Amino acid sequence: MADVLERVTKIIVDRLGVEESQVTLESSFKEDLGADSLDVVELVMELEDEFDMEISDEEAEKIVTVGDAVNYIKSRLS
Amino acid sequence: MEGKVAIVTGASRGIGREIALHLARLGAKVVVNYAGSEAKANEVVAQIVEHGGEAFAVQADVANSEAVERMVKEVLERWGRVDILVNNAGITRDNLLMRMKEEEWDAVINTNLKGVFLCTKAVTRPMMKQRYGRIVNVASIVGVSGNPGQANYVAAKAGVIGLTKTAAKELASRNITVNAVAPGFITTDMTDQLSEDVRQAMLQQIPLARFGNPEDIAHVVAFLVSDGASYITGQTIHVDGGMVM
Repeated sequence: MADVLERVTKIIVDRLGVEESQVTLESSFKEDLGADSLDVVELVMELEDEFDMEISDEEAEKIVTVGDAVNYIKSRLS
Repeated sequence: MEGKVAIVTGASRGIGREIALHLARLGAKVVVNYAGSEAKANEVVAQIVEHGGEAFAVQADVANSEAVERMVKEVLERWGRVDILVNNAGITRDNLLMRMKEEEWDAVINTNLKGVFLCTKAVTRPMMKQRYGRIVNVASIVGVSGNPGQANYVAAKAGVIGLTKTAAKELASRNITVNAVAPGFITTDMTDQLSEDVRQAMLQQIPLARFGNPEDIAHVVAFLVSDGASYITGQTIHVDGGMVM
């Protein structure tokens, strides 16, 4: 469980080419991490693969920050 | 094109059939999509296999999102990727605007325009992951010029041209190109239904003074999905003997 943030962070670092230190629960994908809309769609796709789950378009639209993603994944895994 | 996986919608007959056969000849593995003509789709598959190619047929109404998703899933399960999508499936329900029934309008818009949206959406995910994709939409020259008696068809085809440009802009950064081919008067089942008078009148408007063949379209589609066309996206290529310039 504890490594959800770690796994999410790794995907973000790989995909967006940002430093690990920039990725905090408060970071907004678009505002702080330089992602565009398509990057966010791709990140969600990769999270689906990583955690073997389907994230609906409605849920995906609510994911704005790293914390949103981590919390959503945790809620689905528990 | 060796080993590339191509989905061709509406591939049991006419232009789609020729596109499927031609891509297979160039080495692509071809998914022969059809809505109703199972026997004809199987014939196309048999012809490809006979010549040493790989193909299988999938029934899916392109206007039905669940059917489209099922088709793409099946392709991914069998061949693991989708490199090329040719949105070719189309129908006509011609009528004068004043007489056109709502059902005629809806049927054509659903298959010819919504179908392109649904198929494009369904392949976008694997193509984005691959960082490679080639999408070609078969529009029509009447989508550019207008045509009496075809308000539904023309609106759908003009819509496809707009959709082509938007998808091209959205997906370019992922190495996915999206182009359209706009056939003019091509000899197929669809155009065989036209009266001799109409055919003669159309011939008068074609500078190259002949009707096109499905092969004329298939060759342009093959070019647009080839590496030689990798710097072309968002374009609509008229293949119409010079009818509309």
